[in-house]
Amino acid sequence: MSENKTITLIITRQDHPDEPSYEEKFEIPYRENMNVISALMEIRRNPVNADGKPTTPVYWDMGCLEEVCGACSMVINGTPRQSCTALVDQLEQPIRLAPMTTFPVNRDLAVDRSRMFDSLKKVKAWIPIDGTYDLGPGPKMPESKRQWAYELSKCMTCGVCLEACPNVNSKSDFIGPAPLSQVRLFNSHPTGEMNKSERLQTIMDEEGLMGCGNAQNCVQSCPKGIPLTTSIAALNRDTAIESFKSFFGSDQRV
Amino acid sequence: MAGTRGYVNRRLHSLLGVIPIGIFLIQHLTVNFFATRGPEAFNTAAHFMESLPYRYVLETFIIFLPLLFHAIYGVYIAFTAKSNLSNFGYFRNWMFIFQRITGIITLIFIAWHVWETRIAIGFGWAELNYQLMEGILTEPFFFWFYIVGVISTTFHFSNGLWSFFVSWGITVSPRSQKIMTYASIIIFLAISYVGVRTLIQFAYGI
Ligand code: HEM
Ligand code: SF4
Ligand code: FES
Repeated sequence: MSENKTITLIITRQDHPDEPSYEEKFEIPYRENMNVISALMEIRRNPVNADGKPTTPVYWDMGCLEEVCGACSMVINGTPRQSCTALVDQLEQPIRLAPMTTFPVNRDLAVDRSRMFDSLKKVKAWIPIDGTYDLGPGPKMPESKRQWAYELSKCMTCGVCLEACPNVNSKSDFIGPAPLSQVRLFNSHPTGEMNKSERLQTIMDEEGLMGCGNAQNCVQSCPKGIPLTTSIAALNRDTAIESFKSFFGSDQRV
Repeated sequence: MAGTRGYVNRRLHSLLGVIPIGIFLIQHLTVNFFATRGPEAFNTAAHFMESLPYRYVLETFIIFLPLLFHAIYGVYIAFTAKSNLSNFGYFRNWMFIFQRITGIITLIFIAWHVWETRIAIGFGWAELNYQLMEGILTEPFFFWFYIVGVISTTFHFSNGLWSFFVSWGITVSPRSQKIMTYASIIIFLAISYVGVRTLIQFAYGI
């Protein structure tokens, strides 16, 4: 029965970062258990569009193929998500694929997520332990804390939460929820905590924490189920205390 | 925008929305509610407020300047958002957009309302009494203009209180945020009742 069944895809394409985008329709043979990436591979194998005209193969980004690297994010039927875990059988047809709008397009469905990596650098999302001598083992982390911190560490910088956020757009420089949540992650680590104030200071501006307007789309959209809005509220508390300390003085910093 | 300044401005915007503007709103609606006890009661309450010592200082620093800052910065914040309700129709996303829309409506309403009352009184074109509001609100257009303005303001304040609790890190857990949502709905209904009831009194004398 499934012999002649086909899948219809409408793909927003772009040949070059500076060129306008256009839509192209594809009709490909159905196979069982396909995901969006295997559909794209089928187009790559036989790059002919729905009008029967030969075209360039559609370009996209991918890595792990198991929803841990974040490279394959795109907007699928209006929803930003990973194409490697988007199963064709569960999608309404025609399947519309488009690049995420928050990031510059490299080509077709592949976007440049550099801004997220720049943000991670900006907020110092790491634990500085390099030195000239062995510092010995660090302090222990309570198990209860390790468990929720582990949830935050699942972030794969996929960009879905930025795409979902109404305050991340061309009119604002808001870095988005993902790097903010990473500040909470590294501040919760017993060694990372030694640089807590420093990290908080990096997000105390409009591009940082203050860019959030509490629309909470991020927490609804994150494929890893990261409690982004809990992180943001916790950071709101931490930065409020931080500014109190830095203005009125504290025992670490008079 | 500049680091620390952007931070302080944003914190100030959030704080001023509740202290003092939110507190003033509650006080203002409460004093006006005296109208439901008749013109006499309203005039007494209004004249008491009018005759407070250092009234101009209070008006300037508790109402005028904080409101001006919150409103101007609020318009800027509202226009840096880009609505995406069609793809993300979640409850909080709706509230996010309503917060911005009601901010703009409230600004228009307050500007008109202050012009017609406080400024007119200041210039001596009008006198502060029950009849002033009765004159305005017996006109159907202005009655509905005030209904929309008052409900927009009470919504903006109630939902703003919810986000204020998040902005200052008071409600961190999802559970506390949810309970605060219910609390903000109750606050919205309660103060909307106070405001609308007063308008009906002025418009229909009942
Ligand atoms: C009666 C007058 C007003 C009251 C009582 C009021 C109250 C509040 C409160 C309590 C908040 C929450 C602050 C927070 O999220 O921490 C808020 C937010 C906001 N207000 Fe107002 N406000 C008033 C007038 C205005 C006006 C005239 C505007 C102009 C457009 C405005 C625009 C905004 C915006 C855009 C936000 C959202 C800020 C954010 O979520 O980051 N407000 N307001
Ligand atoms: S927080 Fe979630 S949605 Fe955002 S980048 Fe990380 S994994 Fe993706
Ligand atoms: S390919 Fe790594 S998340 Fe999809």
